[in-house]
Amino acid sequence: MAKTHVTTSINGEPQEFLCEPGDTLLDVLRNDLNMTGTKEGCGSGDCGACSVTLNGRLVCSCLVLGVEVEGAEVGTIEGVSSGDGLHVIQEKFLEHAALQCGICTPGIIVSTKALLEENPNPTEEEARYYLAGNLCRCTGYDKIIRAVMDSAETLRGGA
Amino acid sequence: MVSVVYEAPDSIDGAISLLANADVPAKVLAGGTDLIIQTNGSADVSRLFVDVKKIAGMLDANLSAEGLDLGPSMSCAEFTAREDIKKVFPGLVEAAYLIGSTQVQGRASIGGNLCNSSPAADTIPALLVNGAQCVIAGPGGERSVAAEDFMTGVGRNCMEKGELLKTIHLPTPAANTSDAYLRFIPRTEMDIAVAGAGVSLTLDDSGTCIAAKVAIGAVAPTALLVSAAADALIGTKLDDDALQAAADAASAASSPISDRRGTAGYRKQIVGVLVKRAAKIAATRAKGN
Ligand SMILES: Cc1cc2nc3c(=O)[nH]c(=O)nc-3n(C[C@H](O)[C@H](O)[C@H](O)COP(=O)(O)OP(=O)(O)OC[C@H]3O[C@@H](n4cnc5c(N)ncnc54)[C@H](O)[C@@H]3O)c2cc1C
Ligand code: FES
Ligand code: FES
Repeated sequence: MAKTHVTTSINGEPQEFLCEPGDTLLDVLRNDLNMTGTKEGCGSGDCGACSVTLNGRLVCSCLVLGVEVEGAEVGTIEGVSSGDGLHVIQEKFLEHAALQCGICTPGIIVSTKALLEENPNPTEEEARYYLAGNLCRCTGYDKIIRAVMDSAETLRGGA
Repeated sequence: MVSVVYEAPDSIDGAISLLANADVPAKVLAGGTDLIIQTNGSADVSRLFVDVKKIAGMLDANLSAEGLDLGPSMSCAEFTAREDIKKVFPGLVEAAYLIGSTQVQGRASIGGNLCNSSPAADTIPALLVNGAQCVIAGPGGERSVAAEDFMTGVGRNCMEKGELLKTIHLPTPAANTSDAYLRFIPRTEMDIAVAGAGVSLTLDDSGTCIAAKVAIGAVAPTALLVSAAADALIGTKLDDDALQAAADAASAASSPISDRRGTAGYRKQIVGVLVKRAAKIAATRAKGN
């Protein structure tokens, strides 16, 4: 089967790749582009470890085909911080110890960024609903939510 | 692994000809939140995916005096953000908002929910109570099918080879009409309905119900319109007796299975409770319209 040539933009940079039409965006990111920050938990849309943005919308990269991102804008965990430093959300996750094994963390940070862009001042309930598709088997969520709420406050103050 | 051939035509005719002439199983690809998972688990050697999201109109929703013309592949995220639609069809919007997570809603479409034709699909009862018409395009031209006639069984519908869903049309509701959808799941998010109920009501100035539709989901092979439940509400002021009669009619019309989400008896009972509660919400909304 001939591979398909795809031209897209990832984290603001033009990017080209070849993939099988049945490969998911998650497969392409991890296996072809060596962008392994995006994780695979379930491969079926349930866990959110593979969260990325597609044209600004939060999606599961395991439920998007690589060929579907032709001409699109993809945002991954690798693009969350600009430059060498960490993004505020990343700093807050460290500060609040909002991770243990860390496999869920890139997805949760990408989702948190999308949440705060949509709603800079979420209630805790809104944050919990927005992030309900991001599962964490380690932390029990409390520290994650504290990190999210603190990120929101810090980003509002800094804006 | 299934070998996939991917095509993304830019016209309905292009999509029809790809679907009609395919010599391997051919599937329309909308958000892919059902299809990609089903393909991973499929025994097919090869599949054609016809991505319809590049076709003009498939991702648009147009609200006019005639009603809502919904491009079936618009994502639920985009749909639920439409305040104009939410004012007219709050129940359909809340059903779309229940599908999966934020991430799943970023891709999942109402057309995909309908065409996947799961008994538990959340938007289908809300489409039924709003009198949705499915505009289907195929090699023989276009035809329009009422949503209640669209599904023919678990995961099955009336579309033939070469056909695709082009538009979902919802007529403008009468004055003082509104809708609501409720489902029951064991957790607060990210689960499949154990039972679901959609209700649309029209009230007159005195608060008497003059028209009603009631639909139930996840309690039969397809979502069902229950006219006996609607009849129990029409002509009443939605007092407790009327609501109970509607609930009983919905329970009686259901034929649920027992599985790990709930027993048949439990489902039969709670689908009635959901009908009562959804009717109260729809009535409150109809008074505000
Ligand atoms: C984690 C997760 C949670 C979920 N939770 C829910 C839930 O709570 N409630 C619920 O109802 N569903 C749920 N779903 C199922 C799914 O997201 C929905 O059914 C969704 O609406 C499907 O839309 P889609 O655009 O992704 O469809 P696709 O996967 O693209 O398509 C689904 C089917 O419909 C066909 N199809 C799609 N569009 C057309 C068209 N225009 N013409 C002809 N055929 C078409 C496809 O060929 C395929 O057979 C969940 C899925 C996941 C992964
Ligand atoms: S890997 Fe995509 S949601 Fe779990
Ligand atoms: S830190 Fe281990 S899954 Fe979240």
